[in-house]
Amino acid sequence: MATLQYILKRLFLMIPTFFLVMIIIFVLVRFLPGDPAIAIAGDRASDADLEAIRERLGLNEPMLVQFWLFVTNTIQGDLGSSILMRAPVTEVIFNRLPTTAFLTLYAVGLSLLIAGPLAFVAALNRGRWPDVLIRTVFQVGLSMPVFYIGLILLTFLAAQLRWFPVGGYGDTFGARLYHLFLPSVAVALYTSAIIMRNLRSAIIEVLDAEYVQFARAKGLPNRLILGRHVLRNALISTVTLLGLSIGNLMSGTLVTETVFAVPGVGRLMLEAIFARDYPLIQGLTLTFAVLVSVVFLLTDLFQSTLDPRMRLT
Amino acid sequence: MIDQKPILEVSNLCTTFRRGGVDLPAVRDVSFSVGQGEVLGLVGESGSGKSVTLRSILGLSRRYGDVTGEVRWLGQDIASMPERKLRHIRGREIAMIFQEPMTSLNPLLTVGMQLTETLKAHTDLNRAARRDRAIEMLDHVGIPSAASRLGEFPHQFSGGMRQRVMIAIALAASPKLLLADEPTTALDVTIQAQILDLILSLADEMQMGVILVTHDLGVVAQTCENVAVMYAGRVVEQGAVRQVLGAPRHPYTVGLMRSVPQNVPPRTQLYSVPGTPPSLEALPVGCAFASRCQNRTERCLTARPTLDAITDDRRVACFNPVAAEKAGAA
Ligand SMILES: Nc1ncnc2c1ncn2[C@@H]1O[C@H](COP(=O)(O)OP(=O)(O)OP(=O)(O)O)[C@@H](O)[C@H]1O
Ligand code: SF4
Ligand SMILES: [Mg+2]
Repeated sequence: MATLQYILKRLFLMIPTFFLVMIIIFVLVRFLPGDPAIAIAGDRASDADLEAIRERLGLNEPMLVQFWLFVTNTIQGDLGSSILMRAPVTEVIFNRLPTTAFLTLYAVGLSLLIAGPLAFVAALNRGRWPDVLIRTVFQVGLSMPVFYIGLILLTFLAAQLRWFPVGGYGDTFGARLYHLFLPSVAVALYTSAIIMRNLRSAIIEVLDAEYVQFARAKGLPNRLILGRHVLRNALISTVTLLGLSIGNLMSGTLVTETVFAVPGVGRLMLEAIFARDYPLIQGLTLTFAVLVSVVFLLTDLFQSTLDPRMRLT
Repeated sequence: MIDQKPILEVSNLCTTFRRGGVDLPAVRDVSFSVGQGEVLGLVGESGSGKSVTLRSILGLSRRYGDVTGEVRWLGQDIASMPERKLRHIRGREIAMIFQEPMTSLNPLLTVGMQLTETLKAHTDLNRAARRDRAIEMLDHVGIPSAASRLGEFPHQFSGGMRQRVMIAIALAASPKLLLADEPTTALDVTIQAQILDLILSLADEMQMGVILVTHDLGVVAQTCENVAVMYAGRVVEQGAVRQVLGAPRHPYTVGLMRSVPQNVPPRTQLYSVPGTPPSLEALPVGCAFASRCQNRTERCLTARPTLDAITDDRRVACFNPVAAEKAGAA
């Protein structure tokens, strides 16, 4: 019950945040260089045509009126129509969202799979060669941009060796895992480096904690000490980091989706920006804001289940 | 009460840490033994190596430094025993209570879990029996409504209660030896006596040997049969409590005794001896106590005194020990 109350309270507190986000989105979008009417009708359209398009999009209304319409429609769940896709923005986004969600979770899953065990190996061998090797490799991963790694993977593993598809998105779960493998690896290389670094130092710190020494003094088997006493405590800070870096993760996804031609919301965002598709840009940005807030909330909830000292208030 | 054959025999224990390329000799040539049901006192200033000595006995120091020497447990050397085997002795035969009750329990696990996991590691008891035993132990160490507190987390307990929980955990598997590392220093004065009495009465009841690390000479005088005084990683004087505290021979022990005011209730925190101990990184070639010693002579600066027997079971590491009659009068 306390948890439910806490969630409701947090959702309520999100309202002012979203209002602020809407103001920022609205202003930013209007300052994008270029004219949406030209983007729609093309360079050679007549002035009259452009004027008609502007009228239809409501771009001739005063700014405040446009904003008012934006806010009231959004509250009713209406994000307008995408100029580019000629369909309701909500529909366009909801069609594309699962792909991105899949890719993001896939990348996070891969990152944990890669970083978790390696962080343990590095931490338990602190200062010796396995630690040095692991840290060096991840440092390289950290300093290479996702875009660049994506292109390399694409060129070698997909285009030349033809082990993986060059783009697209499968129909079945298995096909999706296969299609999205390279894109997730591209994202995971960066994310796993961050997780590895954080988890490694967290494990090292926890290993020296008095309660771990006490657990050893109790004569517990080593796997229990590592799994129950060390990992759980070390995970708290890593989960927080992972939650807080959701923004980074999503911008990584945006680049990856573009490089690998994955039809997700990241690529949609780029398309929308190029097309000056105001409603779609607004809708997408708002969606990102909602996602980030929800992930933050989930992070806090997860933390409080892990750590009894974190009371929900 | 002391059995003829000791259960624990520590000989020439040395523990060296390395920090920033410098060797830190935290424990040097420590030797003592504990008989069944015996309470051995280990005293000395902060940083003299008491905790490291206890941790080295249990094999907890070797991941942080180099440990040499022998630790014979029931005749078997456990200093060189691999972790996998040693863990069956830790907690089951030799248990330890840590100095800091606030940080020694895992904040994420319930008290019940931390108690029963020890039982699971060392006994054949089933789940229900482990729970019963856990309640029994909490009850035994004086935690009210024990059954309902099993599901609580350490932060829901006060410092004194956490120390009781730690004692309950340590004693859960009925060990033969308890390493009690200043079990009361972190606690309120009023609770200190309670906890100490608890440990000693349980030890008596279970015929358990205890190494009691303490700052408090009053406690040693009242409860221990033998005592070892540590200074800068070495034992400087050891023997029967009556002799060592009754007629101290090492100038440092004399200083410790002097700092206990006469005619005050026992268990008064000991005053510090004037001056500070040398840092481990830069120990002098001679006697480590020289800079604070009134009996110092030329020789003390160039050679280090060894711990020699002056009577059968009385050892002192000093070139110019305090005369027995004089020390008795001090
Ligand atoms: N893991 C470690 N690494 C490096 N140095 C250590 C380590 N553990 C202890 N030391 C050092 O060893 C020396 C002895 O420490 P120890 O904890 O045994 O002192 P103590 O006698 O228990 O003192 P106190 O009364 O304050 O508990 C100290 O100088 C301490 O800094
Ligand atoms: S050896 Fe010398 S300096 Fe050291 S305690 Fe004895 S008299 Fe003092
Ligand atoms: Mg200590």
